[in-house]
Amino acid sequence: MPEAMSKNGQHHPAPRPFLEAAETLVRRDEGSMPRVADIRRKALSQFEQSGIPSTRHEEWKYLDLSPLTTTDFRTATPDDIRKLSKADADALRHDGVDACLLLVENGSLNRDASDLKSVPAGVRIGSLAELGTEPAVIDHLFSLADTHTEALVALNTMLSYDPLIILVEANAQVETVLHVAFAAVPESSPLNVCTRLLVVAATGASCTLIESYHTIGEGASTLTNAVTETVVGSGARVHHIKVQHENSLARNISYHKVHMAGDSYQHLTTLTLGGALVRNTLNLRLDGQQINTYLNGLYVLDGDQVVDNHTLVDHAQPNCYSSELYKGIISGRAQGIFNGKIWVRPDAQKTNAYQSNKNILLSDEASMNTKPQLEIYADDVKCSHGATTGQLDEESLFYLRARGIGEATARALLNQAFAADVIAQVEHPGIREALLQVLDRKLSNLQS
Amino acid sequence: MSDDLKILDDVTNSDYKWGFVSNIESENAPKGLNEDIVRYISAKKNEPEWLLEWRLKAFRHWQGMTEPKWPNVQYAEIDFQDIIYYSAPKKNVTLNSLDELDPEIKATFDKLGISLDEQKRLAGVAVDAVIDSVSVKTTFRETLAEMGIIFCSFSEAVHEHPDLVRKYLGSVVPYTDNFYSALNSAVFSDGSFCYIPKGVRCPMELSTYFRINSAGTGQFERTLIIADEGAYVSYLEGCTAPMRDENQLHAAVVEIVSHTDANVKYSTVQNWYPGDKDGKGGIYNFVTKRGICLGDRSRISWTQVETGSAVTWKYPSVILKGDHSIGEFYSVAVTNNMQQADTGTKMIHIGRNTRSTIVSKGISCGRSQNSYRGLVRIGKKAEHARNFSQCDSLLIGDKCGAHTFPYLEVANKTARVEHEATTSKVGEDQIFYCNQRGISTEDAVNLIVNGYCKEVFNQLPMEFAVEAQKLLAISLEGSVG
Repeated sequence: MPEAMSKNGQHHPAPRPFLEAAETLVRRDEGSMPRVADIRRKALSQFEQSGIPSTRHEEWKYLDLSPLTTTDFRTATPDDIRKLSKADADALRHDGVDACLLLVENGSLNRDASDLKSVPAGVRIGSLAELGTEPAVIDHLFSLADTHTEALVALNTMLSYDPLIILVEANAQVETVLHVAFAAVPESSPLNVCTRLLVVAATGASCTLIESYHTIGEGASTLTNAVTETVVGSGARVHHIKVQHENSLARNISYHKVHMAGDSYQHLTTLTLGGALVRNTLNLRLDGQQINTYLNGLYVLDGDQVVDNHTLVDHAQPNCYSSELYKGIISGRAQGIFNGKIWVRPDAQKTNAYQSNKNILLSDEASMNTKPQLEIYADDVKCSHGATTGQLDEESLFYLRARGIGEATARALLNQAFAADVIAQVEHPGIREALLQVLDRKLSNLQS
Repeated sequence: MSDDLKILDDVTNSDYKWGFVSNIESENAPKGLNEDIVRYISAKKNEPEWLLEWRLKAFRHWQGMTEPKWPNVQYAEIDFQDIIYYSAPKKNVTLNSLDELDPEIKATFDKLGISLDEQKRLAGVAVDAVIDSVSVKTTFRETLAEMGIIFCSFSEAVHEHPDLVRKYLGSVVPYTDNFYSALNSAVFSDGSFCYIPKGVRCPMELSTYFRINSAGTGQFERTLIIADEGAYVSYLEGCTAPMRDENQLHAAVVEIVSHTDANVKYSTVQNWYPGDKDGKGGIYNFVTKRGICLGDRSRISWTQVETGSAVTWKYPSVILKGDHSIGEFYSVAVTNNMQQADTGTKMIHIGRNTRSTIVSKGISCGRSQNSYRGLVRIGKKAEHARNFSQCDSLLIGDKCGAHTFPYLEVANKTARVEHEATTSKVGEDQIFYCNQRGISTEDAVNLIVNGYCKEVFNQLPMEFAVEAQKLLAISLEGSVG
């Protein structure tokens, strides 16, 4: 169960520049959107009190966020967009995937570079100014993700100046892939970008969404603080693929909260390839019966990368199914962290929940910290988790070598097979192919 | 079937049968904790200066510490000034033979079914019995002494083998380790001490029986086991306490040192008073147990059956320092009614080719909460370390909880770490299968649960295994149907 923040050495003090940037934003919104200004003000006071979690905080035990407090980040403002062109946006597309691309540059939608003219039928895309009065937006934006227990959500809430909203109408069957590309474009000084995305798939709707993260330009380090809120309405089906391609100066702290209603279906895949420090908090609430959900993840790390995946599957109602598979290949001096929690509430009888985390360490300096966690308060359930950390299977390697395949090739083949397992479950064939290519590129350039 | 029926009979008719209070006169220290109490205890035990210094250092360190709050348990705040830190049976400080033992104490142990009488030699168990805070009787000392084995109360060891005590005390669990180990280091009153010399295989099971008797007291015992090169010992620990409405604190420390090629097997059947059905009373069992495999090819094995205590909070751990050393942890933790248990282990792999096995079986019934919390850490230099963990939870009833918090930290690529956990209830199909064959539902549950725990019970010495099975049945009482 998430705990409220405490102050016994578990937090670093809130950095001043963030607070100042938020105060400016509150002043901006006060006249036009008093409701949002109030929300920001509340988040500001929460963040001011809580600061940034330290490694003494149980949920951040293995991930050191102190660089966030020592680096002098400037928070991106509306003046930081329109550096990218349509061509830059096109470079972020996946080959062979028919997608409506939305480029979010330094936290704000770059309208010129996005496919706003070819938004598929049944889908509405817009900013707070355009869609802020929609009931779904009032109900869910800034309210699903919890600022009380998550300091970095509070930070995002007070600083995300231009949230992007995607509404999929009831029973709309959207074939075109919705691709939201988040690009951080730093200049010469460290840049903090707060991105916020709300996706509401209404009753019976179906859609496929790609959320990709990029750094464009190597000028300075970046901190992307991303919050995504997703509502999967009753009977809705959402495929959600998140790909992180950022560069070695990038830090990405993202929080994804999903609220699922009865009879809905969701398939989530998180692929982490880039970034110096990445934290993915994925928080699913299954708030209805007969929900099916899959959460898969893959991280392929080298160099000095630190990647932390924290997932929570909250079974709040009976008769639901969740299946989780996270895999990692860790090379160089990289560190992998996985914390998966399955939480079955007292009334959630007949829950089936599975979780598996498998890791391969390729180098002497690589490390992996895993904490698969079950908290079960109902008795008629089937829950299991498994976690392994080891090396490639020597017997498989021998089998391949006995058939005349060189050691390097054999290892590459086995690594590929291990990792592709996760990607193979992506249901959209075009995206699956594209991700396999991206994966192969990373695997063949893996640095020890 | 008859055995099972008997168990069931016990089950349906029994309460906490160890809940009597013995009428033994005891000498208590005043309530509360300060430097004077620490000095008082030390003076009572006639301790050497260095030990008093050590206690005081621990006490001063403890004063600067705050109570840990991280376990997944809830309990009323403990008032550390409202506890009597030293309570000793008044009579017979030194005993020459069994006849001199206070008849009340003897009767107490008879009721507990402990073979204090040497005639029960066939049982092959040497017992050190600790009531409240003081060790009252150690059996078979002479037989053991012939082989060079030292098995005595801790306070005797302090006087007779000060070098050994001084060398090893706090070497595995330093007083700075945690809140309760600091508290224990400051106020521990007695416990057992055991030393097995080089190459000696201890011919019998060594056993300590702990009993809290007086009201308002805490029990803070300290056990130190040292197995020198090539030695072997199997050690048993059992515990009970009277039924009382108040909560009593038990904060023990157990340290095990296993040298090259030595093998220590430590078994516990923990049956402190768990409180009544509404969670009133019961023991707070906050224990630090840790062993170190100091030498190559050494081995430490923990087996525990946890059925008692209102709140249990313990993690018997092994530091695998020597190359090729082995650590094992087998546990059955049963919680019923309002009991809470947060238990598990830590396996710290430092040496090369070290291996560890963890098998944990949790059973929760009633409104209880049962957590497994474990750490497997593979250090950078632990080449080819191997770990396998399995933690299963069984839920009986819809108001209880079962939780798993495993931490796997791997910093060596040649390591293999595997963790598996499942949570489920006793299968309806399994019960149906038994019913169909004329086995009643209650019998069936007993059968299934016993089968589920078999893997752990098999690790226990014979006598204990029987006791454990009975305990299990009693703990499950009223949880079916």
